[in-house]
Amino acid sequence: MNREAVEDFFYHEAALLDAWDLDGWMDLLCDDARYLVPPNDVPDGDPDNTLFIIADDIDRIRGRVKRLKSRDAHAEFPRSRTRRLITNVRILAHDDAELTVTANFSVHRFRRGGKGGEYVGRYIYTLRIEGGAFRIAERRAILDAEELGGLSAVSFIL
Amino acid sequence: MDESGEIRHSAVMKKNPYIIDNPGGNDFRLNRETLVDPEILVAERDRVFDQCWIYAGHESEVPKPGDFQTRDVGGRPVILTRDGDNNVRLFLNTCRHRGAKVCREREGNTKRFYCFYHGWSYRNDGALVAVPGDDAYPDTFDRSKLGLKDVPRFENYRGFWFASFNPDVEDLEPYLAGATEYIDLVVEQSADGNMEIVSGVQEYDIGANWKLLVENSFDDYHLHSTHSTWLEYMKDSGVNIKVPKGLLLPKKGIGRDLGNGHAVIDNYNFRGRPVATWISIYGEEAKPAVEAAKAELVERLGEERAERVANTNRNLFVFPNLMINDGSSVTVRAFWPEAADRMKVTAWALGPVGESAVMRKVRLDSFLTFYGPGGLATPDDVEALEQVQAGLTSTVKEVPWSVMTRGIAKDGEQLNSDELHLRTFWRRWNTMMTGEAAATETGDTAEAAEAAE
Ligand code: FES
Ligand SMILES: [Fe+2]
Repeated sequence: MNREAVEDFFYHEAALLDAWDLDGWMDLLCDDARYLVPPNDVPDGDPDNTLFIIADDIDRIRGRVKRLKSRDAHAEFPRSRTRRLITNVRILAHDDAELTVTANFSVHRFRRGGKGGEYVGRYIYTLRIEGGAFRIAERRAILDAEELGGLSAVSFIL
Repeated sequence: MDESGEIRHSAVMKKNPYIIDNPGGNDFRLNRETLVDPEILVAERDRVFDQCWIYAGHESEVPKPGDFQTRDVGGRPVILTRDGDNNVRLFLNTCRHRGAKVCREREGNTKRFYCFYHGWSYRNDGALVAVPGDDAYPDTFDRSKLGLKDVPRFENYRGFWFASFNPDVEDLEPYLAGATEYIDLVVEQSADGNMEIVSGVQEYDIGANWKLLVENSFDDYHLHSTHSTWLEYMKDSGVNIKVPKGLLLPKKGIGRDLGNGHAVIDNYNFRGRPVATWISIYGEEAKPAVEAAKAELVERLGEERAERVANTNRNLFVFPNLMINDGSSVTVRAFWPEAADRMKVTAWALGPVGESAVMRKVRLDSFLTFYGPGGLATPDDVEALEQVQAGLTSTVKEVPWSVMTRGIAKDGEQLNSDELHLRTFWRRWNTMMTGEAAATETGDTAEAAEAAE
C-alpha cells in the first residue's frame, strides 16, 4: 500500500462527498469509525475531555448522514456545493493492518444566496486494510483558522 | 447622557416606536428596524451594553496565579487574569504609552505583560514596572498612575465574572435579580459547588442581528419545525421524545420573567441528562456513573432539591447577551454584535470540577449531539437566524412589524413555547433604549411560576 493508492482512495472519497453520495461514502467506513473535527483552539485535543466541533462515533455518523439526506437539515437545504482539493498526502505510519495518513485539504463551499467559504486544514486518517481495500477507522479534519468565524458551521461532511 | 448621545437619541427617535406593547389589547409587535438599522446598534452600545453587566469569563479559566486569557468583552479587548495575590482581574488590553495591545496570545501564564512596541512592561496586577529609557521623561511622568487599566466594575456570582463599563451600575447580585435562583441550580450540580469551563471553545459568526439569538436561544416554539432531524435522531437512538403524561413538576415547561430583563424557560427533563437520567445514547458503561451522580445529589440536597437540580432543564438568559443552557449538558454562550446584521458567538461547555472521566465524556458527547457549529441542531438555528435577517432587511418598509403575541392573552403561567420571555427581553431593551416604562402582563408574575413549581 503506497502513497498513490492512498491518494486514489482520498480522491474517490472526495468525489463521493462532493457529489453528495453519502451512502457511497458510508461504505468506506469501518463499523466502528469515528469522525472528528477538533475545536480551533485545541487542534490536537482529545474529545473525551475537550469540547470538539464534531466528535461522532459510528452511530452519530449514521444519524448525521440520515439527517443530511433529509430536506429538514435546514443548514444544508438547499445543499451546499462543495469542491475538495486534497494534497500533500503523506503516510505517517503503517503495518499490515493499518495506516496513519495525513493530507492537506481546502474545501470550498458555495450556497445559494452567497454564503460559503473556504475550509482549510489537514486530515489525519486511520485507514484499515480490509479485504485488500482501505476502510476509514478514523478521520480527523483539523481546521487551521484561529476561529470558525464567518464559516459559521460545519454542517456538511468536512 | 452626553451631548453626542442626545443627538443620536433624537436621530433614532424620529422613527416609529421600537415596540408596540399593549398586553390589555393582546398586542405586541416588534419594529423590524431594530434588527436592521446601524444607528440603532450605535445607540445600543451606549444605552444597553455600556450600562449593563456583561459576562466576562469564569473563574476556572484562570485557575492559577499568572494564568491569563485574552478576549473581547463589551466590545473592548481585555485580559482576564489571576494576579500574584490570587485576585481575578480584568484589564483593558491597551498599553498606557501609545495604545498597543500588551498581550496577543489567546491564553497562557505570565508574571508580566510586555508591550513590544516600545518595551513597557506591566506586572500581572497591572503595575507598570519597566519603561526603557525613562530618563527622557519629565518629572511629571508618574509610573504609579500608568498601570494597566481595570474595567470600571468587575464582580462575580458563584464563579461567573461580569464586567461593567458603567461605574455607577448597581451591584451584580441585585442586578441579576431572579437569575441567581437559576445560576444556583446550575452550580448545585457540583458536589463542592465548583464548576469549570471545559477545554475547547467554539467561536463562530452568525449573519444576523444579535437580538435574534437572544430570542432563538430560549424559543421552544421552533423546536419541532427547526429541529425535526435532531428529534428524529433522538428517536432513532431509542430516546422517548414524547412529552410524557403524568406526575411531572412542573407539568409543562414554563417561561418566566426574572426581573431586569432576565428570563428563563424552565422545563421538566425528559430526554436524558448527565446528572440525572441515563438514556441509551450515553452507553451502558456510563449507567453506573449517571446513577451515582444522581445519588450524590439526593444525599447532599435531599430528594426534592435533587429532583429540581437534576430533572429540570433551564435555558437562562442574563440580560443583555449571556445564555446558560442547562439541559442535556451545560452551555455557556455569549455573543456580541459586530454590525447590525452580524454577531460573534462564543460557546463553552461547563461541568462540575472533579467529575469522573466517564461523566465528562457523556457530558461533552451530549453537548455535541445538539449544540455547536457541528451539532445536529445549532447549524439549523444559524440558518434560521440568517434567513430571518435575509428576509426582513430589505423588506422593512413594506413589512415593518413582527408579531410576538404567543401566550399574551393568558391569565396564568406561560409556556416555554409562548413568547412571554421574548417580550420580557424586548421590554427591558426598549426601556433602556428609550426611557419608556415597560408594560406588564397579567400572566407575567412570579406567583404563577411558583404555583407551578
Ligand atoms: S505603545 Fe506600548 S510601549 Fe509604546
Ligand atoms: Fe434551536
